[in-house]
Amino acid sequence: MKENEKPQKSSRRDFLKKSLVAGAGVLATGGLVEAYFDASAAESGEKVKVMTTDGKIMEVDQAQLRYPRVSREESKKGIPGKKFVMVIDLARCKNARACVDACQKGHHLPKSQEFMKVFLLQDTENTAPYWFPKPCYHCDNPLCVSVCPVGATYKRTDGIVLIDTNRCIGCKFCITGCPYSTRVFAWEHYPEFDEDKQPYSPEASSPGVEGTVSKCDFCPDLIRVGKLPYCVSSCPMGVIYFGDMDEDVVTNGTETVQFSKLIEDRAGYRYLETLGTRPSVYYLPPVERQFPVERGFGDLDEETRSRYENTPYMKKNKK
Amino acid sequence: MSETTVQKKLMGVFLPEIESTSYLQFIWIAFLVGVIGLGGFALYKQIHDGHVVTGMRDNVVWGVYIVNFIFFMGVSYAGALISGTLHLFRAEWRKPIIRLAEFITIIALLIGPCFILLCIGRLDRLPFLVVFGRIQSPITWDVIAISTDIFGCIIFLYLALLRDIARIRDLNDSRIPKWKRKFYKIMGLGYTGTPEQKVYLNRATDIMAAMVIAIAVIVYSVLAWIFSVTLQPGWHSTIFGPYFVIAAVFSGCGVMIIVMWVVRKLYHLEEYITRKHFVNVGVIMLVLAALFGYFTFSDYLTKWYGSEKNDELLIQLLFNDYYWSFLISNYIGVLLPMIVVGIPKLRTIRNITLSAIVVVIALWLNRYLIVVPTLESPYLPIQDSRPEWVFYQATWVEWSLTAAGVAVFCLLLTIAIKFIPAINVSEMEDHADPEKQILT
Repeated sequence: MKENEKPQKSSRRDFLKKSLVAGAGVLATGGLVEAYFDASAAESGEKVKVMTTDGKIMEVDQAQLRYPRVSREESKKGIPGKKFVMVIDLARCKNARACVDACQKGHHLPKSQEFMKVFLLQDTENTAPYWFPKPCYHCDNPLCVSVCPVGATYKRTDGIVLIDTNRCIGCKFCITGCPYSTRVFAWEHYPEFDEDKQPYSPEASSPGVEGTVSKCDFCPDLIRVGKLPYCVSSCPMGVIYFGDMDEDVVTNGTETVQFSKLIEDRAGYRYLETLGTRPSVYYLPPVERQFPVERGFGDLDEETRSRYENTPYMKKNKK
Repeated sequence: MSETTVQKKLMGVFLPEIESTSYLQFIWIAFLVGVIGLGGFALYKQIHDGHVVTGMRDNVVWGVYIVNFIFFMGVSYAGALISGTLHLFRAEWRKPIIRLAEFITIIALLIGPCFILLCIGRLDRLPFLVVFGRIQSPITWDVIAISTDIFGCIIFLYLALLRDIARIRDLNDSRIPKWKRKFYKIMGLGYTGTPEQKVYLNRATDIMAAMVIAIAVIVYSVLAWIFSVTLQPGWHSTIFGPYFVIAAVFSGCGVMIIVMWVVRKLYHLEEYITRKHFVNVGVIMLVLAALFGYFTFSDYLTKWYGSEKNDELLIQLLFNDYYWSFLISNYIGVLLPMIVVGIPKLRTIRNITLSAIVVVIALWLNRYLIVVPTLESPYLPIQDSRPEWVFYQATWVEWSLTAAGVAVFCLLLTIAIKFIPAINVSEMEDHADPEKQILT
């Protein structure tokens, strides 16, 4: 038996190459994060210092660093002592769509599946239109979780609502349960699903599974290793702040601010508060805006541009 | 068992059905199997290529499948009401039509849940519903309620069949195929009609009649709650439970009348299923039409009068894009049966049947108007340029599976009558006087 296992073990070792321990950032669980080294990946040129299991410090390429994905059981628990929160500054958004692209690339999504959507909202005829990025709100009273018949979607101690697409039966009840149109269904097997060669983990929401539901996950796999979610780190305007409510701190990657003060100073609010879902995502109203709304149409491709065709703003402009 | 003249005559009508199958019937069955086959191909496409072959997309995630699910579950109500209630009230006139009601119930109840399965993305994970089932989810309530309903209805139907099965078994008719005789022998459970057996059977039937009514109310309410527990405009309504129950009995009555008409014509039962039956079931349909209209009116009135923004959008959609469907389902479907049955002059068998057909179509549309427009007007506006992502349009896959559902209904009904008489022969024995049996 032991001899049979040997070749398997060594091939696994080839892939893992070296077991490393990397230093973690502000959001990670503790000081240390487990990682391994994949020499087959292309180098990015950006080097990071890591400590091997036998205590040596060495330099490896950032792009070749891999973090093991956590199991379903582990992913159900949540990161201890955290309560994640997101703040979106509507005054700064100009529909650059970097968040959408980074999210789709990071989660290996086809173009038709967007975890992050950017709406062009206009509350009434006489109020100003504004760009409105919408991730999952990770509600504290999530209807999607209540209605799931098999426990495929669940609320964690750190506030994140995740989906286990290996458990999901695809009844779509959660999609109709969510009042924010957050969830998407894999109507077929998209080729992008095959890009991700790593084993599936609910924390990474990837690779996608045909016939199941998925959505924005707040990137807990990135948070675990001290990184910010794709949408936060990719935004050129620093629109999206992400952080921890217990520590009362949020960051958009360049500036780190006190969450409660930011909400107080800028009159932060939650979207559709009346529904009683208690979202974990706050918005800062679009006052003293940095860009006019038209800038949002600047670099859009034809298809994306046409999506906004039926908004009251575009209809009015056509006239 | 003693046999009255009526029973002899009825057996004369139905025994040839049991003994052999005619050429025309084979063609009919082959046609139905063909339609089901097309549905099977559509199902294969859907499983092979994914749900992308349907018209459903991320906004309208539930379409015709869910509409059919609600519809067939509603139809199954015919038996629960007509058979169960009339049995408990000991209404004499029910006797020639209860068997049909029971057939409709059980067949529709077997088809309905299949449609919700078509809507599920991962059929391979169906056991998860039991293995990982969560009692908090209305879908789990539904699984429990529907399986209880199917179980209860099968027992109720079987109890009602028992005496006829024993009767055919005791005929020792050599023209009946051997395998069928074996079937009657096993299913007859050694029932010979001793006074003791009669007492037990009557008591069991009484209990099950009451149970079936109660379970059916629960099943239909749970089904309504799947919609009304969500926050969606148009669904989040307290009235949905009783509204769905009423709509279900209403559609059940409609299908009941249509099936009565067809069976009466096919097997020449004019003597037994008379105008009185059509009028009586028609009157039940009239009462239900009034109730249904009342529920519909108060639901839409409150949404329209003091409307929130999203209710307003929904009402706009219903009154514009779905104008004709709304008119047929909520006006014509309500008023027509009331006029036809309400005015004695118009109460002919043909008119009542025609209005029943309109009622059935109207109620199917009513469910469509409940499911689809709500999903087309979510809280956040749909900003998409792909037409199929914005508005729902059922594809050939969904339509062929819908047709297959109707075909399965017809097929099972045809087959059922080939085993068991369409009129409960044994129930007709209570009065020896044939004049009393043949209700005019």
